[in-house]
Amino acid sequence: MFDSSSIVVGLEIGTSKVCVIVGEVNGESAPSIIGVARLKSRGVRKGEIIDPRAVEEDVRTVISDVENQTKVEINSVYLGVSGSHIRGFNNRGMHPVVSADREISHEDVADVVKNAKAINLPQEHTVLHAIRQDFFVDGQNGVKRPVGMLGARLEVDVHVVHGHLNRLQNAVRVVRGMQLEVEEVVFNGLASSLAVLTPMQKNLGSLLIDLGAGTTNYVVYERGVVRHTGVLAVGGDHVTNDLAYGLKVPQGRAEQLKIDHGHALMAAMDEDLNVEIKNDLGLPMNRINLNHLRRIMSLRLEETFELIAQDVAQKGLLEYLRAGVVLTGGGSRSRGITQLAEQVFGLPVTVGRITGVSSLKSSIDEPEFATGVGLIYFGSLKSRREQQHSSLFSTIKHALGKLLPR
Amino acid sequence: MEVQAEKTSGAVNPDATVRVKIIGVGTAGAMMVKALPSEFAPASLAFVNTDASIPVGPQPQLLLTSQPLRGLGTGGDPELGRQLAEERYADLQAICAQAEVVFLLAGLGGGAGSGVTPVLARAAKESGALVLAFVTLPFVCEGNRRQLQAQQALAELNGECDAAVCLANQKVLPLLNARATVVESFQAGAQLLIEAVRGAWRLLQRSGLVQLCFQDLCAVLRENHEASCFATVEARGDARGQMVLEKIFAHPLLAGGEAFNGATSVLVSIVGGPDLTMAEVDELMRKISERCIGTRILMGATIDPAFQDRLSVTVFVACAAKLKRVAGGGADGQREAPVATQLHVELLNSEDTPRLESRLEPAAALTADQRAAILTKHVGKSGRVRKRVASPRMKQTTLPLDLVSKGRFDKSEPTIYKGEDLDLPTYVRRGISLN
Repeated sequence: MFDSSSIVVGLEIGTSKVCVIVGEVNGESAPSIIGVARLKSRGVRKGEIIDPRAVEEDVRTVISDVENQTKVEINSVYLGVSGSHIRGFNNRGMHPVVSADREISHEDVADVVKNAKAINLPQEHTVLHAIRQDFFVDGQNGVKRPVGMLGARLEVDVHVVHGHLNRLQNAVRVVRGMQLEVEEVVFNGLASSLAVLTPMQKNLGSLLIDLGAGTTNYVVYERGVVRHTGVLAVGGDHVTNDLAYGLKVPQGRAEQLKIDHGHALMAAMDEDLNVEIKNDLGLPMNRINLNHLRRIMSLRLEETFELIAQDVAQKGLLEYLRAGVVLTGGGSRSRGITQLAEQVFGLPVTVGRITGVSSLKSSIDEPEFATGVGLIYFGSLKSRREQQHSSLFSTIKHALGKLLPR
Repeated sequence: MEVQAEKTSGAVNPDATVRVKIIGVGTAGAMMVKALPSEFAPASLAFVNTDASIPVGPQPQLLLTSQPLRGLGTGGDPELGRQLAEERYADLQAICAQAEVVFLLAGLGGGAGSGVTPVLARAAKESGALVLAFVTLPFVCEGNRRQLQAQQALAELNGECDAAVCLANQKVLPLLNARATVVESFQAGAQLLIEAVRGAWRLLQRSGLVQLCFQDLCAVLRENHEASCFATVEARGDARGQMVLEKIFAHPLLAGGEAFNGATSVLVSIVGGPDLTMAEVDELMRKISERCIGTRILMGATIDPAFQDRLSVTVFVACAAKLKRVAGGGADGQREAPVATQLHVELLNSEDTPRLESRLEPAAALTADQRAAILTKHVGKSGRVRKRVASPRMKQTTLPLDLVSKGRFDKSEPTIYKGEDLDLPTYVRRGISLN
């Protein structure tokens, strides 16, 4: 049988596209991307599945595409999820070291992380990730690897990402229905951050914003670890919808107008420039005022950034973003988006490039693929650290403590 | 200097002087009357109070009290003040007798101010005088009972007197620094109100180059005082016209110029030296009228040699009643007055523009009988108050029509973030128009 442990597959069922990326992991080197397939998504709104049948068809198509492309049989995937129900918060766990010699063992570490996860989640919610931040040994903070140290009391700060169980299960069920195994369910924002942020950016402190079609996911790193995550169920779809409403054009036309003429800044407006919309026969049908288009778009994007800025500021993390803000996702293609974000956050803003994987650069060097590539990266880290194969039941409720490199 | 000029001009034309009576009602009113500067000397002063402990000096005081109260005041109950005033109605009328114009000064909110003032206004009116009330509304920190009493009293007063100038003390706070003492804060409110009194006084006593008369003031003030305000600014030097404008549009009492939007009448009184140029007056009036289109604007100008190189402008703005009945009122005050040539009344926009009606009438205070009637309505045969009230409870409902379609998010779960539905276009929620 094909040894699939060296093959990692990322599946993202997004609002605008369904995308599969196949990567190959060779020992300690960076994973290399060997296949990419994408398809316009039909059954997803705001990051969540509303039409499982359509989604199943789409997934089936992309999977067979990529199988033909790479000549690899895919039997398990890392599944990226998003949606407004996903939330993140920080928690601290404590565990007394009971062994006679007071040496902290691997079991102690596992226990303390387990304690940190034992929190009052909202009903029906389940833990997606529990990311270790810092260990404390007898109150001494900043301990990176407590194993082997001596101490009586071990504490750990974790960042817990959790989501609604049933809504997560919807995506898992669709994939399972195709006889594919789900290795792990990964929050899209986290995956994007793995693909885009460099270790330096993570250490200095940065905010990654993944401007998707249905949702906007954001992750804050500081001193190398995740400090905050969040999902705003507002994305590019909302811009399109606003335009369709405000300019009185159909959704498809609004999407095209957004891509062709969209601009994130109002200040960059030309004086009353009109665009003619042509019908299928090439005859002029309608005139659209570009000022209106940009105003609608700018207000929506500005609001999205403002909401994120408020949330991050409320967590007291805005001052720690010394590496600034990094944008990714399809929305980061908008003209003027970095200037707008700079205005809102008052920080340097860049559009992130996918790093950390080796591949034919041009094939994946698009901000839309950040999540998919991040899933590969996630999978490679996991398979590298976890020698044993994942069991069938390790799908959702899974500690991700061993996830992040220090 | 100022006072000197006043006296001179007062002496020039003694016959034209109107017989004015200034009455301080309640403790706050007494304080304000006592603080009046000497230029008000021609007017006769009087006091009406329910509390005997406030010394008033040589001026006559009518003490409204009854045996059980022993001159100790009403304890902040306007109903008690009203009853006392009604009992001594004839005495109140006697105070106002022979006065052509009566100024009432009071601080609303307490027992005497809120209870007695409306009755006194009626008495003065019936004895044939023009009645102008100058009242303060309590600071917010004085509690909502006093606020409520003050608002009710103001509403009553509106019905009784020719015009009421009202200053919300709360509006004075931004003018003071943080270290101002409580006494200073109250005094600052009183001083501002005295400013308004002076303005009205001048209108009665003097005439200007472009004259405004007392009736103009009453016309502007009448029933507009829910949300009206006044301010006096002064500047000197070459750029005084510009400076005056800037000060007006940044004045805290005029809400930084916001008051002009939605004003129904504006009264502008200009006092300048002989060097006042037409260009200055023209620019001033033009800029003000730009800010309040479709508003009745009255302008008065006075030349005073003492104002060489100075320009003083008093603006009174009467707004259509806003939703909140927190009031600020005011009067025109010509800062300086003496006579010069007399022209006649000039209205820049003399047609009476239709004034917006106040849409919200304050609920009339229920009498004890009405309250009892309402109560018995809800009392069942058993005599107990029924738990269920027959009328449905007030509930905020939405219109059945979905005015803004959510497009492709129509059927999906709404994205509610801090009470806002983010699925609606941002520009719609923020009320930004596209044109």
